Amino acid sequence: MPEAKYLLVGSSHAALEALRSIRHFDPDGSMAMITRDQQLPYSPTILPYVVSGRSKPEAVLLRDEAFFEANACTFAPNAVATGLDAKTRSVTLASGESWRYERLLIATGAAPAIPPVKGIETVRFHVLRSLDDAQGLRTAMGGARHAVVLGAGLVGLHAAENMAEAGLSVTVVEMQNHVLPGYFDAKASERIESAFIGHGVKLLLGCKVVAVEPRDGGHSCAVHLEDGKVLQADLLLVATGVKPVTDWLAGSGVDLDRGVLVDETMRTTAPDVWAAGDVAQATDFHTGKRALIGIIPTAVDQGRIAGQGMAGDTYQKAYPGGIPVNTYRFFGRVALSIGQAAASDGVEVSEREDGGYRRLVMSDNRLIGYASIDEPFDVGIMGELIRRKVDLSPVMDAFIARPVETGRRLMSEQWR
Amino acid sequence: MGAAFDTIAFKASLCDGCGDCMTTCSKVKQGASRISIVPGAAEAVFELAICRQCGDPKCAMVCPSGALTKDGGSGVIGWNSDKCIDCLLCTAGCAYGGIAVDQSVSRVAKCDQCDGDPECVKACPTGALEFRKAGSIYKEYGEREDLFVPGLSGCLGCNSELIMRHAMRKIGRNSVLATPPGCIPGMGSVGYNGKTGTKVPVFHPLLTNTASMLAGIRRYYDKIGRKDIVVMALAGDGGTADCGFHAVSGAAERGEKILYVCVDNEGYMNTGMQRSGTTPYGSWTSTTPVGEHMKGKTQDAKNLPMIMAAHKCRYVATASTGYMEDLYEKLDKAIEASFEGFSYLHIYSPCPTGWRIPSSKVIDACRLSVETNFVTLWEYTPQTGIRFTRSPDNALPITAYVKMIGKYRHLSQDQLDHIQTKVDEQVALLRIMAAESPPPPPAHRQPAAPAASPAPAIGGDASQPPVRREISRN
Repeated sequence: MPEAKYLLVGSSHAALEALRSIRHFDPDGSMAMITRDQQLPYSPTILPYVVSGRSKPEAVLLRDEAFFEANACTFAPNAVATGLDAKTRSVTLASGESWRYERLLIATGAAPAIPPVKGIETVRFHVLRSLDDAQGLRTAMGGARHAVVLGAGLVGLHAAENMAEAGLSVTVVEMQNHVLPGYFDAKASERIESAFIGHGVKLLLGCKVVAVEPRDGGHSCAVHLEDGKVLQADLLLVATGVKPVTDWLAGSGVDLDRGVLVDETMRTTAPDVWAAGDVAQATDFHTGKRALIGIIPTAVDQGRIAGQGMAGDTYQKAYPGGIPVNTYRFFGRVALSIGQAAASDGVEVSEREDGGYRRLVMSDNRLIGYASIDEPFDVGIMGELIRRKVDLSPVMDAFIARPVETGRRLMSEQWR
Repeated sequence: MGAAFDTIAFKASLCDGCGDCMTTCSKVKQGASRISIVPGAAEAVFELAICRQCGDPKCAMVCPSGALTKDGGSGVIGWNSDKCIDCLLCTAGCAYGGIAVDQSVSRVAKCDQCDGDPECVKACPTGALEFRKAGSIYKEYGEREDLFVPGLSGCLGCNSELIMRHAMRKIGRNSVLATPPGCIPGMGSVGYNGKTGTKVPVFHPLLTNTASMLAGIRRYYDKIGRKDIVVMALAGDGGTADCGFHAVSGAAERGEKILYVCVDNEGYMNTGMQRSGTTPYGSWTSTTPVGEHMKGKTQDAKNLPMIMAAHKCRYVATASTGYMEDLYEKLDKAIEASFEGFSYLHIYSPCPTGWRIPSSKVIDACRLSVETNFVTLWEYTPQTGIRFTRSPDNALPITAYVKMIGKYRHLSQDQLDHIQTKVDEQVALLRIMAAESPPPPPAHRQPAAPAASPAPAIGGDASQPPVRREISRN
């Protein structure tokens, strides 16, 4: 039975960062990274660019074999974890093989959440979470004319843009009344929506799919909407969000909610088992409650903290809580948001709409959220102002008038 | 591990917000400036946003395309424009505003240090931006063999250890070292329990005969045909300027092929901080105390390197550990010259214990001593004469330096004026002597609106009798 002192299940940002922080402290302990992917590590965030053809699949890999060799880490692809026994400290794979570990990181990420739409199992549809998905979608795009995208989140919109640019007629169906709900307020979302409409994408917002059924011998499908309309699609993309990959943890002793529950050091409820990344349900900075924030910056933070804990690094710092971040490009334009950028109740909001759009959200003279369209800002600096709860009252006028400049000034003062 | 890199340093007190760095960057990079100077908390105060080339670069960690990587050689975080997908997540990783959107091309832009020769630094007229090469020096010398014992009993913050270890790393094993009485043998060069503290032959001459003994050793090596040996001294200022001076002067006059390094801490520090011939005017020492009548040393220091230049040595130079690049260049030249004739290197070395400087401020003291012209950096050869290696133009007032040194805490305005006058006189004389030499690198101008801080009067008590009268006795 193969074994490793440190077993990392998953191979994206959280696991890679855990590897780095373990090796920072323990250069020798045996380590293995096992992943359900067939390829070397890559980021799910790159996938829309593989679909568009901008990134070649072989050029998106984040690490090469030499990296694993240099870090004395076994890399095992095609290894689908199917079970965890925390008592015997072993992970079972679909191949029947088992891995023994001393310390385990669960970084299995998330998988597409398929909505319970009637007939969904009878039609051919695409999702976009893996490199294989991306290549499949890219191939399908070539032979399709009418695409329907379920969901107007980041994945759905990216794909819709790619397909529209490739000449397909594209319809996006979204249950919420605006695109990218949560990240942007209505005014910001409307700017994004009008760009899509301007590029010929049909947006059906506040609209629900009630059923799908195959047509044309399975080569296309009909999408039935709540209002009785029917859309014809020869390419159906389901992009209605993701859910953490936790099915393999059932009965393992690891407490689950929507994801794997972790404390502020990324420990799960099972001994010597940590979790990080999209699979982990860790503290939300804003609410202080545990929530899923599936973005790269939180995956990196969590992976580092988990790795430190696994290696016994005493310089480990508690997780300060995740802050949602979204850097989104659409048709060459820029949309950014961080924190509670769409909040409106019980907060002070400063909006500016000449040219670009900017929305600052404050509470108690502290920044809690910031969103902009066509007006880039230093997202990391604003994140620090939010995280450190910097009192902006001495600079409030300057901050509202010139947030980028004032933010740079404040951070420079902090670190100089 | 153990990597160190060159870095663009920002001295906010020298920045007057002229924006030349940004204009230059923008021009060179043909886009948005990678360096951003922004107004600070007060009038004429400025702050900086630039890539810090982090050792732990979060921009690279959050990059989904592998477009950002830290170069193991230069330390620069490089941006691969082909791999970059313009997702801007890196801007969320950076807490310094070091990677930001260049709106002219709608892609991120970041500082690449212009391949080791940053244009912004060259454009900065006040010296607020500086490209510090300590990283590459550290890397180069870190790989060489350390010729001193690992543990030395120097005082906390003493930069003699820096001088000893780095000088010997550069000079190497082919050397014979004399360390006359002073801090350096006291720190352990002569060793313990019958063993030496160095990996090269080392001996402990008298204070008075260092240069004479070295002359004999050199002649012997010459006689047996070993012309590759560096015969050298690491001596203090007392053993060089005072009790050992006749031997130094004689060896220099005879043109003995010796490398003589004087580590000048302005006094006999290891025996209890007594004054020496190089102790500056006004200094407190245990033999020039501060009390009701005496207010520190009443005579001016002799300028030993100028005296050595008057010996027409093969090479004479002054150096400071606050300017390591300069020190290393001179060390190279000094080693070379020591195979030809007498080679003299005078390194100014502030003493945290004897001067009453916090141990963390020694290098600051080195730099300020140079920035105020209290110490000047120059070199001499008989062919070129004296040449400044750092321009003495636009110096700060000497109060900027003196106020951080405890041994000057008692100085009256009158004494400060005296020191300023003597510093100015000395620089004026050096300028005359350097007039025919190649010009020094251009000096930085003073910031246009310096932070208004009138020189604080140190112990400025008007009722104090002028101490200058005592000087006239000299």
